[in-house]
Amino acid sequence: MAVDEGLKIELGKQGIFVTSLQELYNWGRRNSVWPMQFGLACCAIEMIATTMARYDMARFGAEVFRPSPRQADMMIISGTVTKKMAPQVVRLYNQMAEPKYVIAMGACAISGGPFKQGYNVLKGIDRYIPVDVHIPGCPPRPEALLQALITLQKKIDGQHLTGEDRPRFLNAEAQSEFPVPEQGAHDLEPTSNTGVWPVPLVIR
Amino acid sequence: MKTIEEIKAAIEAAVPGAKVEVVINPGPSGQHSLLLGTATAAAVAVFLRDDPTLALDFLSNVTGVDWPDKEITEKVKVPRQVVKTVDGAEQTAEEIVEEARKRVEPGYLEAVYHLYSMAKKHGPVIVRIRTENRTDKTKLPSFTPIWRSAELQEREVFDLYGIVFEGHPDLRRILMWDGFKDHPMRRDYVEPDDFEYEPTAHDEVLARAQAQKAATGVGITPQESGR
Repeated sequence: MAVDEGLKIELGKQGIFVTSLQELYNWGRRNSVWPMQFGLACCAIEMIATTMARYDMARFGAEVFRPSPRQADMMIISGTVTKKMAPQVVRLYNQMAEPKYVIAMGACAISGGPFKQGYNVLKGIDRYIPVDVHIPGCPPRPEALLQALITLQKKIDGQHLTGEDRPRFLNAEAQSEFPVPEQGAHDLEPTSNTGVWPVPLVIR
Repeated sequence: MKTIEEIKAAIEAAVPGAKVEVVINPGPSGQHSLLLGTATAAAVAVFLRDDPTLALDFLSNVTGVDWPDKEITEKVKVPRQVVKTVDGAEQTAEEIVEEARKRVEPGYLEAVYHLYSMAKKHGPVIVRIRTENRTDKTKLPSFTPIWRSAELQEREVFDLYGIVFEGHPDLRRILMWDGFKDHPMRRDYVEPDDFEYEPTAHDEVLARAQAQKAATGVGITPQESGR
């Protein structure tokens, strides 16, 4: 239940600040999203550039890159996910504690990118884990990664604490660990996780 | 540096019984290569590395080539019984007839090595060795004991082409996982079916996407997506 904006401003002029628990909770969460140190390929270099002085991601709270998935809030999949690496990515995602978010950075993480027909390239990490923000680009500019972080922050801002559409970490029945694919004789088995990747169907 | 012919002569002089052929490169680079017989290839490689004038001490690249089986159609003159009609009566006579005969020349796998000399600052000298066929006889001698840089590169050639290098200290797959069964860079490799979503498909990818859609009913093709 949000507070009426006009009333907020009026009270604010008087020195009284009114907020709701949801706003405060989400404000704290969105301004301290700690990413995991996870870079795969060229997009990882752009991610590093975003953390450096010129584009500084620390301004937005994504300051400390945690080496351990247990301590991280967000995983930026930056770079081509090979089929050899894909089970490891899913395993790391499973090890992250809720609430956890995924940014698929670059064309390779979204769909396989320019190497889509490669024999070892996974055609998009969203086949196995749920992705919150996709950033197109090859590689995306650091500003684009910052835009993605801001988009993610807006998404976190809009998450409700109760009700049907509450996020995964407040919903005991929601699935937060996803099956790790096996490396089969010719391909990963299964080729995608049901429920995670809605394989596009034609609706007539 | 010596010309390719001179190197061939030097090898034949130094390694008795060595089989060396020159493979001419018709392109503008003119980088001709030496095809070595597999039995004496290791001895030739040691000579190339240790010879004081050649001193090819740096192996910069190992790669593989898949030469598929060739189907050759030849016209052969063969004597055959031919039925001819002479004055209304049928007669069989023997005649020389030209026939088209097909035969399959077996292909092979090839490992190509690029050698440079750090000491003498010359190169490259390109060396090839071929397997007997593409199916069961795919063993070649490993050059890892001679040049250490062959270690990972021969693993890659094993992974992608299936050439088994004898004498390699640790021959296992390097790019694909250990349980993988195919050799992806071979000409007859078929990728697995994961063409469910191909929004801008054309040519072969479109054909694969449509085939997978027809087989499993899952997926969307560009025509259907309205692009």
